[in-house]
Amino acid sequence: MLENKDMLVSLENAGIFRSKRWLVKGVTMSVSAGEIVTLIGPNGSGKSTTAKLALGILDADEGKVYRKPNLRTSYVPQKLDLNWALPLTVTRFLCLTNRARPSEIETALSSTKTLHLAKEQMNNLSGGEFQRVLLARAILRSPDFLVLDEPVQGVDFNGELALFSLIEDIRRQLNCGVLLISHDLHIVMSTTDRVICLNGHICCSGTPATVASSAEFKSLFGERIASGLAFYEHKHDHEHLPDGGIHYPTSKTNARTNDSTAGNPISGKNPALADTVETDQDSDNV
Amino acid sequence: MFDDFFVRAMIGGIGVALIAGPLGCIIIWRRLAYFGDTLSHSALLGVALALLLELNIMLAVFGISVAVSLLLMLLQRRANLSSDSLLGLLAHSALAISLVVLSFMSWIRVDLIGFLFGDILAITSRDLIIIWGGGGAVLILLMLIWRPLFAATVNMEIATAEGTRPDYINFIFMIVMAAVIAISMKIVGVLLITALLIIPAASARRFSTSPEQMAVLSAIIGVISICAGLMGSLEWDIPAGPSIVVAAVICFILSILPLKLSLRSSH
Repeated sequence: MLENKDMLVSLENAGIFRSKRWLVKGVTMSVSAGEIVTLIGPNGSGKSTTAKLALGILDADEGKVYRKPNLRTSYVPQKLDLNWALPLTVTRFLCLTNRARPSEIETALSSTKTLHLAKEQMNNLSGGEFQRVLLARAILRSPDFLVLDEPVQGVDFNGELALFSLIEDIRRQLNCGVLLISHDLHIVMSTTDRVICLNGHICCSGTPATVASSAEFKSLFGERIASGLAFYEHKHDHEHLPDGGIHYPTSKTNARTNDSTAGNPISGKNPALADTVETDQDSDNV
Repeated sequence: MFDDFFVRAMIGGIGVALIAGPLGCIIIWRRLAYFGDTLSHSALLGVALALLLELNIMLAVFGISVAVSLLLMLLQRRANLSSDSLLGLLAHSALAISLVVLSFMSWIRVDLIGFLFGDILAITSRDLIIIWGGGGAVLILLMLIWRPLFAATVNMEIATAEGTRPDYINFIFMIVMAAVIAISMKIVGVLLITALLIIPAASARRFSTSPEQMAVLSAIIGVISICAGLMGSLEWDIPAGPSIVVAAVICFILSILPLKLSLRSSH
């Protein structure tokens, strides 16, 4: 792993030991400014635990965790249960850990298309709305380091792509480091710089393309997912044609896939939608 | 004016209600009602200790409350019992031990009912100074930590990750809670303190859209309960502590009634 001055957070051989077993062990990774790192792995593989290590929510029982001093962090947890007895408007929730001007709140809400919910109670939001408000709160803090634990749960496919392209934008605007946890391998692949595949330890890591083609990844997620992934990427490029793009049958580079994610009006691409839904179900079965 | 016992009771009660309201909201949001109950039950242990060692009762109660919350935090980390069992265990063992200790002290005549259910009409001018001085200090402290405390109440992990130091804030909150129990014990007694904390807050919930609004509103409802309860106690010659709690319960019932009505009218 390359050392550099922009490094925000790094884990060195870090591990967490709970209830007589290692939840994660020997995790070495880092996130630098302007970089999107994605954690993938099966259920219980320690993705959230690793994120909590990086955030300082959990202290490492082994190894070292370095965080840049005065690091401004935003965290979107996987689950947030709000007590019914808590009266909390979206606007107040956005100011949970920081103060903000109304105009800043407006901008943050607009960016996740939730401005119309500003005065709504948090308890009345749908799953997808809730998730987008969580993201708006994270953006409002203008973080150096943004941690998103499955940020697209309950968001429909169109919204999902929009959120990922939003995360792209945030990274570009703020030059922040992003640690993303996702179960949705297909879409993550296109926006991320580096993928870390976890299963209690780091199975494999690297660019999305290297990870997808690695033997460890295939054995962890099954040949079907890995090939589904390749299939999807192929389809993705194929979609590019109506927009005037060129067909890249072997394309695996980030720039191209990013392009097609950001620029595609997805609504008109029903075949692609159907494909993705199918492969999604596959990943659920694993 | 402060010569009149009734006026003193009113002023003392209002002082306690003002701090109990916002604190009660936090207790409700954090689902700490039973924790508050445990602390207040163990307050009687403080009373027994104070009488045994000739200490100031309020200080002893405060000390015991802090000790019990520390013990609880320790037990929650170590023991394999669930929190509610631990709380029940601590609450009732503290209550029982203090009753045993008090009964051994045959040389002291203890007004047990007064400690259990409060003796607001016996408030002295000195008590008033402690209630308003101590209560005011606690209220200011609570306002100072309000934002990070609220953030930690909504989600500990976000609060930790985003650097609002919730562990430190939680400790201050625990001190605040112990102080409020020590201050308000004389008003409603150890068995009814939790009621004064949570019933006004629960009544305020329905009319609130923001946490700050709920905190202010529950303080107001607490003040109304104190006034109504004391009036009732004077009018019908009933014990003041329970009378205040009954008044608070009536406020709560009134607060949920319009909900039913509006539901019916909308159908």
